Amino acid sequence: MTIDMSQFYQVFFDEADELLAEMEKLLLDIDVTAPDSEDLNAIFRAAHSIKGGAATFGFNDITEVTHTLESLLDRIRKGEMALTPEHVDAFLVSKDVLTMLMGGHHHGTAVDQAAVSSVSARLAALSQGTAAAPAAAPAPAGVPAACAAPVADADGNFCFRIELPDVPQRDVDALATELGLLGEIAREVMADKRVAFTLTTGESQDDIVAICSFVLDPDDLKITLGSIGESPPAHEPAATEVAPAVVPAADSAPVEAAAVAVAPPSEARNPGRRATDKEAGSQESSSIRVGVEKVDQLINLVGELVITQAMIEQRIMALDPLIHERLLNSANQLARNTRDLQEAVMSIRMMPMDYVFSRFPRMVRDLASKLGKKVEIITRGAATELDKGLIERIVDPLTHLVRNSVDHGIEMPEQRRTAGKSETGKLILSAAHQGGNIVIEVTDDGGGLSRERILAKAMQQGLNVSETMPDIDVWQLIFAPGFSTAEVVTDVSGRGVGMDVVKRNISAMGGTVEIRSTPGSGSTISISLPLTLAILDGMSVKVGEEVYILPLGYVIESLQPMAVDVKEIAGQGKVVKVREEYLPLILLYELFDIEPLHANPAQGIIVILEADGKKAAMLVDGLVGQQQVVVKNLESNFRKVPGISGATILGDGGVSLILDVSALLR
Amino acid sequence: MSYTTQTQTHLHASEKGGADEFLAFTLGGEEYGINILRVQEIRGYEPVTRIANAPSFIKGVVNLRGTIVPIVDMRIKLGLGSPNYDPLTVVIILNLAGRVVGMVVDSVSDVTTLSAEQLKPAPDISTSFDSDFLIGLGTLGDRMLILVDIDKLMSSADMGLFDQSAA
Repeated sequence: MTIDMSQFYQVFFDEADELLAEMEKLLLDIDVTAPDSEDLNAIFRAAHSIKGGAATFGFNDITEVTHTLESLLDRIRKGEMALTPEHVDAFLVSKDVLTMLMGGHHHGTAVDQAAVSSVSARLAALSQGTAAAPAAAPAPAGVPAACAAPVADADGNFCFRIELPDVPQRDVDALATELGLLGEIAREVMADKRVAFTLTTGESQDDIVAICSFVLDPDDLKITLGSIGESPPAHEPAATEVAPAVVPAADSAPVEAAAVAVAPPSEARNPGRRATDKEAGSQESSSIRVGVEKVDQLINLVGELVITQAMIEQRIMALDPLIHERLLNSANQLARNTRDLQEAVMSIRMMPMDYVFSRFPRMVRDLASKLGKKVEIITRGAATELDKGLIERIVDPLTHLVRNSVDHGIEMPEQRRTAGKSETGKLILSAAHQGGNIVIEVTDDGGGLSRERILAKAMQQGLNVSETMPDIDVWQLIFAPGFSTAEVVTDVSGRGVGMDVVKRNISAMGGTVEIRSTPGSGSTISISLPLTLAILDGMSVKVGEEVYILPLGYVIESLQPMAVDVKEIAGQGKVVKVREEYLPLILLYELFDIEPLHANPAQGIIVILEADGKKAAMLVDGLVGQQQVVVKNLESNFRKVPGISGATILGDGGVSLILDVSALLR
Repeated sequence: MSYTTQTQTHLHASEKGGADEFLAFTLGGEEYGINILRVQEIRGYEPVTRIANAPSFIKGVVNLRGTIVPIVDMRIKLGLGSPNYDPLTVVIILNLAGRVVGMVVDSVSDVTTLSAEQLKPAPDISTSFDSDFLIGLGTLGDRMLILVDIDKLMSSADMGLFDQSAA
């Protein structure tokens, strides 16, 4: 009998994704000088579990990389080797490569084989480098061997290894000349015909990137830092400059060498490893993996139960409490249980914000080093829970905001020093519950928004602005489409697409964005979101015989207008004057072709609504009440209906439509 | 001409299973049949929630155990019989490729098995149906069933039930 392994693939990929994320988090947190052995063990366990899984499913490329990674980690955690930033960088890169490989197997996405072999070589070299250290003869692969540890030599010089992407020989020569001006330079050709320089210089990495960026995209560069501890290996001729034909042993060789070299220890530590596995196992068994659709089904069923319970409650209201006392008591109990059950089930869909926040330290680290900035990231309230559906949709807008903060918000170290601030900028991500909402904030202690520049840009774009606008309105201008005040368009931000998309995405989730900014001391972007999309606070309004639900978030107030306040604008419909402001009047009965009770606004009630910064008044016949409603999708069995965003089921089992307020106001 | 070929392919398709089961229902004085496999359940008519600006044959939506289901009145759509709603009015709930739609008809008669010999191509006359939606005619003694390709009919742009991208 053959077992179809593919059914287990998904489990493996899910697990591996989590393990990799966990590994990255630990790596970013780790203190290189005094690594916590528990953390090292956890990283090791993650690598080991991935290796085990990959081997089971026959993903040999993943197995190979994790194996090298694992053996290196094993030696570090056993104290045979000291952890260096070099290691951490290599581990982070291998995490990326593993993610890519995983994607290749899972979704069939492209896999950059060069990156895979380069990371294998890097790991292998690292594990060999120190193994050979006592013998004082660096490993032949020599990748970082010439630059073993990032310590400056006596003159304060650092040794950088710069791996170039595939560029024409002419560019390589030009670069070599340019970089040669900074210090001593040596050239070698890697197995895949790409060129790598080893540069000894007192200049910073940023300067190197700056020079290289004239010729090529800095993203393609790989710069590693080391010291000149040892002279270049003897058999790597000093004449590399003139002899590009001399190719150090192919990348694959060290991998095999390393694999062989580490095989005995990996066997020897088997007993110990089993113990740690068991430990990890007992942690895992406290949670189970369930498909989202199963949870959603459960939530739907509970939603049904809530409605049924409401129906029962309505029916027994009519009964005589004296005769049916026990039935009424039981019904009360049912109501309580149902409510608790609903809460408990809804909490299954809740996920901690950590799911989103955890991806930023890495991103900020990479981004900051690319921009030559120093940024420290602080997260607060990572345990705050949010609906899974929302959490997935908040990732993109939040990523954009964080990138913006690092790129535009936080200044260059020199600039910060002159401003009397610490060179390292602070980026704070926080999440907290506030009433029925979750508030997520991205705060930086950078330069803040420039009121003058935003206003100038807005005028240039012909937006309707005035010099006397309050700050809060000025800040909102950056959400206008095509708006960017960045002086330089970088690949990070500045193209002016983005902030409007951020705003739109968040509005689509029923949330709002606010900006607070003080020149010189930074800005905060605050996002407020409802806790879940499945339940909505609604206001039921009646028009004719029909009941519609207005999402409460859009409702400002409701009032009965005076007949004199309602004016007609020829061909434009009606407006109503509310507190010295003329608001367009939306006649729902006209839009939806309903026979109204009151066609005269002065007899009905108007509800003042606000969406996307626009206000309007909606005429209804009466307010029915306020209640939480379970949002149902209308489009799953029907088409999109203009002006309607969804439907819900009322206590009596009937259907009521939820008005799409932002569409109606548009 | 092309019409005949099409009908024959339909007939051929239904021959594959040897015989097909059809649910027979009436609209006005006519008897129709649809593939029983598309029928999820049969219910009485319940009050619907009207959908603004929808065509008159889309009565509205109802709550079917938590899902919102649109209700189409075939009698209005085809102009057959008088659309009155009484305790005997029947709604056939159809499940078409995961989408649930309710169809109001005058009454449901029975489920019949029609063998390939009992299936006849529909004559080339104009009916209230676009001929594209007909599978053929089923003869059952002196009864005649108009067999409808309900998937095609319900997902047609003319019905306006689904967004065309999804149909």
